[in-house]
Formats: sequence, structure tokens, C-alpha cells
Amino acid sequence: MSNSPAMTEFPPPQILTYPASSAPVLIAQGAEGRLYKTTYLLPDQPCALKYRPSKPYRHPILDARLTRARILAEARVLQRCRREGVPVPAVYATNEKAGWLMMEWVDGAPVRQRINEWLGARPDTEAAQVEAQSADQTPLISLMQRIGSAIGRLHRTGVVHGDLTTSNMILQRPKEHQHNGHTGEGAMEKGKALEGHVVLIDFGLATQSSSEEDRAVDLYVLERAFGSTHPRAEELFEQVLQSYKETFKQAPAVLRKLEDVRMRGRKRSMLG
Amino acid sequence: MSDIPMTKKRRIALGCEGSANKLGIGIISHDTLSGSPTVLSNVRDTFVSPPGTGFLPKDTARHHRSFFVRVAKQALRDAGISISEIDCICYTRGPGMGAPLTSVAIAARTLSLLWDKPLVGVNHCVGHIEMGRAITGASNPVVLYVSGGNTQVIAYAEQRYRIFGETLDIAVGNCLDRFARTLEISNDPAPGYNIEQLAKQSADNILLDLPYAVKGMDCSFSGILSRADELAAFMKQKAAKGEDTFTPADLCFSLQETVFAMLVEITERAMAHVGSNQVLIVGGVGCNERLQEMMGAMAAERGGSVYATDERFCIDNGIMIAHAGLLAYETGFRTPLEESTCTQRFRTDEVFVKWRD
Ligand SMILES: Nc1ncnc2c1ncn2[C@@H]1O[C@H](COP(=O)(O)OP(=O)(O)O)[C@@H](O)[C@H]1O
Ligand SMILES: [Mg+2]
Repeated sequence: MSNSPAMTEFPPPQILTYPASSAPVLIAQGAEGRLYKTTYLLPDQPCALKYRPSKPYRHPILDARLTRARILAEARVLQRCRREGVPVPAVYATNEKAGWLMMEWVDGAPVRQRINEWLGARPDTEAAQVEAQSADQTPLISLMQRIGSAIGRLHRTGVVHGDLTTSNMILQRPKEHQHNGHTGEGAMEKGKALEGHVVLIDFGLATQSSSEEDRAVDLYVLERAFGSTHPRAEELFEQVLQSYKETFKQAPAVLRKLEDVRMRGRKRSMLG
Repeated sequence: MSDIPMTKKRRIALGCEGSANKLGIGIISHDTLSGSPTVLSNVRDTFVSPPGTGFLPKDTARHHRSFFVRVAKQALRDAGISISEIDCICYTRGPGMGAPLTSVAIAARTLSLLWDKPLVGVNHCVGHIEMGRAITGASNPVVLYVSGGNTQVIAYAEQRYRIFGETLDIAVGNCLDRFARTLEISNDPAPGYNIEQLAKQSADNILLDLPYAVKGMDCSFSGILSRADELAAFMKQKAAKGEDTFTPADLCFSLQETVFAMLVEITERAMAHVGSNQVLIVGGVGCNERLQEMMGAMAAERGGSVYATDERFCIDNGIMIAHAGLLAYETGFRTPLEESTCTQRFRTDEVFVKWRD
């Protein structure tokens, strides 16, 4: 693997500058961090290194406080989820001073990308809508259900995510399709494109909480992100909530609270 | 064969804005071939309330009613056009404060009847976005819309401006304005502007500890405001006893650094999510140079850039209503007189954006 152009643009954290059998690759510049693919212990054991460089726009005191808090929160929550059987990557190592966290590599692509590929780039014309309605929605519905049950399991362990979006879930490539690349487009036929486990990632804003309000806000954030990211599949969001209810005993109270949170959103005064 | 139909070279709209304490009337023209806009006039009159107070709907509406004719005449004079050249009258349907919105809607209806021109009702937020795009040339940016009444992170997709993130309680501008009241800073020309100037005088760049409240692409400001108010009370007590303490400037500095870091963070999250590296800041708080600077540093890291406008277009104005209204008018949109109402709540994503691909 050669250096990707982005690798040379940004200084990587020091740990990635040590000689290694395979060079680290910058996979994504996420919302806060940069995600590198590298190896852990063995040259054939891929891992993800999430690096939160200091943000030049932020006051240094605030910056240090947030970076530290988020790396530690992410590590703590990932470990807890792992213990309780919530589908998340395993944590390998952290260094909150240097600003990084090393975790298991999840082979797949963000759910956002998979859904958009599935929905295609058709314009939102009436014809396309008719077509969308007649197309077989079963795989998409099944994916929504897996999302709902992953969140149900998460909330059951007393964790709220804080930033649920379809970018922060990876659709893990089913074992028989796995290889070492991250994306590997076009390899799967359409019928199988939405198969695989939903793995939750990006827990930097996560907190331990069992309050109905916090859980409802978690769902509300996802509902809105979903609607704005995948407007054509908005009506399928109901499926997420349905399977959330089937996975999580306290869901009915959370869903009632969700009604309140939605109302607040809609009724929020727009005045100065 | 005598009459070759005269095709107009340009279309002209007059826009009326009064959803908060600014009354603005502007006139814009669009080239019929290229669509490129030209600002013909942009007149504004602001209702300024005394220090320590906010503007009340009743007084604000009275201000708009008493100044409407004066501002309209000035806008027409500046534009140097005749009334016959105007194609439509645009006005703010919402969101905003009920009484001021209504007073301006009534005035717009009057002009429409008086001059026999069609009406076009405009969403205030869409007005900001379209004006920002037109002035800066940002083609498809993530938009941070920050004003006294709104805090939203928006991106365009499939005929709508979709809201990715927003405040879960009060708007950021409201937070700043109310803190200005706590400190009894002048509201002239705007409380936020005076906070920005005061923050620059903070001597040691000391960051006082305020809560930081980001939830995904949403955020919240009321907890921060309460804490800042508490710190202000504490400061006054100590100062009264002649003890050494931090200053109002330090408080303004800390408040700005904290809330702007939150805004930049949620914007960055939306940019990562939709895969864009352009950001456009609109709304009154968008004039703040510190916010622009912070946003610029973030965008540069992502290999992109920030687009912002100055106070003529950032702060509520009539020209943005004229511009967005004319875009809709050109797609055939009209607001019949009997439907020319206004509404305090009118979400950005309710508007069908027919004029974009
Ligand atoms: N463990 C992982 N294995 C594989 N890819 C990952 C892993 N964690 C994150 N990614 C990829 O990196 C992107 C950014 O990571 P994320 O944790 O969401 O960071 P950010 O806080 O910057 O959004 C994700 O959208 C995903 O594509
Ligand atoms: Mg992420």
C-alpha cells in the first residue's frame, strides 16, 4: 500500500510514524477525527486508529478538555457495550494525551452509503416514486429492523449514543464476501447489498444514562438525520422504532417520550 | 406581422421583511436570460430597545407600521425604477414574531392591491440561504443559519433545504442577546455586535468554565446562558466588595468561544455526513468575525472554505425576501391575496424548492 495523497497532507499521530510492514491508510476524515487503517500486533490483523487532532479553531483549554473527555468516553462505552453483547468494535488501545484510540477493524461500509446506493441516484420525480413503491423493499426493511434492534440493545445496557446517524453505523460485509479492502464496490449483487450485521461506531458523544428523555432524544436525533439524509426512505423509519420496541422492554415509555420530544421540536418558538 | 412580443430583459421584485426588529425593503432584478441578480436598493430601519430590555412584539409592530411608507419610498428612490417595472411584491410569511409579521404582510398586501401586482410569500430562512448563495457564489454549501430566532444546520437535497441539526432549546442569537441584557450592554446597533467588541477586550484569553452541549448535529444553549448569568452575578458581587475578579469582557469572550465552538462542531459534523467542504454562514450572528474566523479554520482543515456576507445581507433585510420571492415567482409561484397570511412557525424544510436542480 502506498501513501494516499491525504496521508501526506495531514501529519499523522506519532504512533503511525513508526516503521511498520504496511503503511497506515487514511480512510476517512470524519466529523471530528481522522480514521486510519493500520495493523495491530500482527501484520495481518487490521485495526482502525481514530485520531482526534487538536482543532485549531477551538480555544486550547476547551480543545484539550473535549478531546480527552471524548476519547475516554468512547473507550469506556465501547468496552461496556462489548461486554454486554452490543455490536461494536473491540477496543485495543487508547492514548488520550496523544489523542487516539485503536480498535477492531470492521469490514464493510457506512449504512448511509449502502442505503444511498440501494436507493440509487434517481431524481425525485413522480415516475421514480412509483418505481420506488413497486420495487421490493424487503431488504431495506430488514436493514431498518437490524438498526432498531442494535439501538434497542444499546439502550438496554444503559448507554445513549449521542450522535446516531447512518454514518455512524457500519454494515458489516457478510463473512463469505469479506476481504481486506474497505469499500470494494459493485462486488455484490443488489439482492445481497443490504445484508450483514449492523455495527455501531463513533461513541465520542455517548453517555451512560437510563433516562427516558435521553433515550428519546437519541432516537429523535436519528429520526431527523435519517429523514434529511434519506428523504426517499423516510416512511420506513417506523420499522426502526418497531424493532426497537421488540428488542427493548422499556421501549414503550421511551416512544411516548419521543412524542413529546417531537412536539417540542415542532412547536419550538422561532422568536428571538 | 407588426407586433414582435417584447421580451423583458429583466424581472424586478420588491421585498418586505419585518419578522423581528428590523424593517427592511429591498428591490432586486434578475436578468431573464442569465438569472443573475442585481441589487437595486436595500433599505433598513431597526427598532432598538433600551439597554437591559428586549424588543416586544407590540412595540416592534408599531415601529414597522410607522416606518413602512418612509422605507418603501426610499427603496424606490434608490432603485431609480418606476412602479410599472415591478413584477411582484414579496413579503415574509414567517417564521418570526406574530405582530410585526402581520403588520408588514398587511402593508405588502396594500402595495399589491394599490399597484395591481401579484404577491409572493417567502420563508424567511430560505431568503437568507438564497441571498447568501447569490452573494458569495457558494453553489451547494452546508448552511449554518444563526440568528436571534434560529439556529440550524442545513443542506440541500432533492428540492428541499433539509435541517440536519438545530438547537434543542433557544437560538444562539437569543442566548447572546439575553446575556447582553444581563450585562446591560447597549442594544445599539445590536447586542451581539457589542458582545463581540467587548470580547476583544478580554486581556488574557482566559476561558471561564461553561457547559458545552452538543448532541449529534443538535445543540443546546439554555444551560450555558444560565451558567453565564450566574457567573455575571458572582462577578458583580465580588466587584461590589472591591475584590479582584474576572471582567464582563472575560465573560463575553468565554461565552463566544464556547457557543461558537459548538456551532463549528455541529457544522463540521454535517459536512462530514453529507460529504461537502463548503460552508455558508447566514443570519445575524453570521456577521460575527470571530465565528467566521473559527469556521474558516475548520473548513480549511477539510480542504474547503467558508462563505459569509457582511451586515447588509447577513442581518435581516428586504432584498433577500425579494430575491428568494423572485426565484419562486419565476417558477410560476404566486400567493393569492386570500392566502397571503403569515405564520410564526414555518420550518425551512416545508418549502418546495422548485428553482434548484
Ligand atoms: N472500527 C472501524 N472499522 C472500519 N471503519 C471504521 C471504524 N470506525 C470508523 N470507521 C470509518 O471511519 C468513519 C469515521 O469514524 P467515526 O468514528 O464516525 O469518526 P467521527 O467522529 O470523526 O465521525 C466512519 O464513518 C467509518 O466509515
Ligand atoms: Mg462519525
